[in-house]
Amino acid sequence: MTKLLANLGHQVTSRLWRLGFASRFFLAIFLYSGTSFRRLQLTLREVFFSGVMSLIIIMVSGLFVGMVLGLQGYDTLQRYGSAEALGILVALSLVRELGPVVAALLFASRAGSAITAEIGLMKATEQLSAMEMMAVNPIARVVAPRFWGGVISMPLLAALFSAMGIFGGYLVGVVLIGVDEGSFWSQMQATVDFREDIVNGIIKSFVFGVIVSWVAVFEGYDAEPTAEGVSGATTRTVVTSSLAILAADFVLTALMFRGV
Amino acid sequence: MNRTALDLWVGFFVAIGLAAVLFLALKVGNLSAASSGETYALQAKFDNIGGLKIRSAIKSSGVVVGRVTNIEYDPANYVAVVSMQMDARYKFPRDTFATINTSGLLGDQFIGFEVGGDSEMLKAGELIKKTQSAVVLEKLISQFMFNQASESKDKK
Amino acid sequence: MNQEPLVQIRDLNFSYDSRKILSGINLTIPRGKVVAIMGSSGCGKTTLLRLIGGQLKPSSGEVKVNGQVVHELSPEALYAMRRRTGMLFQFGALFTDMSVFDNVAFQMREHTDLPEELIHDLVMMKLHAVGLRGAHNLMPSELSGGMARRVALARSISLDPMLMMYDEPFAGLDPISLSIVGVLIRKLNDALGASSVVVTHDVQESLKIVDYIYFVSAGKIVAEGTADEIRQSKTPYVHQFVWGEADGPVPFHYPSVPYGDELMQAVN
Repeated sequence: MTKLLANLGHQVTSRLWRLGFASRFFLAIFLYSGTSFRRLQLTLREVFFSGVMSLIIIMVSGLFVGMVLGLQGYDTLQRYGSAEALGILVALSLVRELGPVVAALLFASRAGSAITAEIGLMKATEQLSAMEMMAVNPIARVVAPRFWGGVISMPLLAALFSAMGIFGGYLVGVVLIGVDEGSFWSQMQATVDFREDIVNGIIKSFVFGVIVSWVAVFEGYDAEPTAEGVSGATTRTVVTSSLAILAADFVLTALMFRGV
Repeated sequence: MNRTALDLWVGFFVAIGLAAVLFLALKVGNLSAASSGETYALQAKFDNIGGLKIRSAIKSSGVVVGRVTNIEYDPANYVAVVSMQMDARYKFPRDTFATINTSGLLGDQFIGFEVGGDSEMLKAGELIKKTQSAVVLEKLISQFMFNQASESKDKK
Repeated sequence: MNQEPLVQIRDLNFSYDSRKILSGINLTIPRGKVVAIMGSSGCGKTTLLRLIGGQLKPSSGEVKVNGQVVHELSPEALYAMRRRTGMLFQFGALFTDMSVFDNVAFQMREHTDLPEELIHDLVMMKLHAVGLRGAHNLMPSELSGGMARRVALARSISLDPMLMMYDEPFAGLDPISLSIVGVLIRKLNDALGASSVVVTHDVQESLKIVDYIYFVSAGKIVAEGTADEIRQSKTPYVHQFVWGEADGPVPFHYPSVPYGDELMQAVN
């Protein structure tokens, strides 16, 4: 019994320790971000690796999610004789929820895990140590550009996901099933509000970008410098950031769309 | 990968990302229609606003001419006070009749303006005198059932 | 030239949590010399290097580099000191996402405003010194172990350091690469007018090139001397180490209960 309690206590303290370290690390990233913007080339390179390399998966997934929404939404709406509202359904679900959330989940598994693995391997092969010994701060030179690359890419990817999704919904609803094109777009435009829906969606994806990038660089930096350590850290990145995205989504949704 | 090719790809990525945001703003959202340009405020009192919400539309002849900005309860007169933001391009006569309508049977509620014949126009911040409350569906149904019941009683 | 030794270590103690790694180390690295620190694996040699480089803080005692106490330096001063030191890591630690050229140019680009043409000439000079000018376009994954070590060497001397640190420079190399690296360590030290400290357990190769040797065992310095003194040494540990005997003061068996007792236990 005492052993169990001691074990539990140890678990809790080690979690808290990690959380504290992660927060301190978060501040350090901001403190040493000067280099990322003074030498924009470093950050652009990371935008390429996280953003451009995720383009295909984000766009294809967005298209399919939108097409499924079109099919399912039509099936449900036409029972109530309001198939014209399909545009509203597809656009609102994508812009408010699915766009930011699904794009962030995909981003975590595509780019987040890659960032963790890369930083973890650099640590395991003493590249970070070597950098430190060359009087170059690895947080400024390696971590911060990757963090900002992710933060910049995420909102753009989420917007692309939503746009592709709406196009997918249009393809299925209007082109395939034959919902009236005019009412599809006009009802959508009459209901979707720029500030209320689109800006809030972009804010969400920005927050998710910060979460995924933070978790990814931290797990990489904190990884045990061994092969198992790095693979464990990569898994943890995907799991932790996915859970954090969904939890943060709930909080943000409650704050943004409460009672409006 | 050399530098220029990388820059090209990043530029391409940022461009289509921004294009997607623009698409959402203009084609999906209503940024192009409302909320741009100058506005003026109006107020109206209703006995019952039903399901009216902040940002509900104000329509005249079916065209959106403004939005609800605030809804308050007036404890002195026991009525709801609705503040509206109107597109500055459109002016309405002082005897305009504001009604709360429903789009379709169960759709969103909006304020409809039925234009009167007064030669003076409503000024910014003015209160609309003539209003009609929302039609509450439950009331309608119970009225209808009550009538049916009394009719069948009469037949006996 | 300043006659004070470049590196002075006084009464150095270091422990991880409660585990003692180093105790009572006294050691000097004179200017212009190549000093080896030898000992079996896991005896704290690499820790010693990290203490000199300021990546770890001593539990007590001090490390002085060029007259400055390392663990009392501000971060800026520590970084300034590190610009004047070079370190070769065990497996090179080349940046895998950069070409050989960019690896060697890394510090020049980070710390200086030299024009790109000048950097090009300097990098070629460094690569020429290690005999790999022709490999400047390759990626680290295309290099053999020995070549990677030489590129890393070129990278660590890119800013002409006053102190070179080598962490197991001979580990995992074939005999030819091994003697190339050995010769390079000596030649570069003399050419740069630097001082070098070599952490290694490769006795025969290092005895050929170094001026002075410290033997570390279980966190303490157990013997020291010039190459000849070490070869002649009668200290049992040094003798076992130099001649590579399987049993001696460092026992073949991990501490355990007597074998007979364990067998009897199994019977009972």
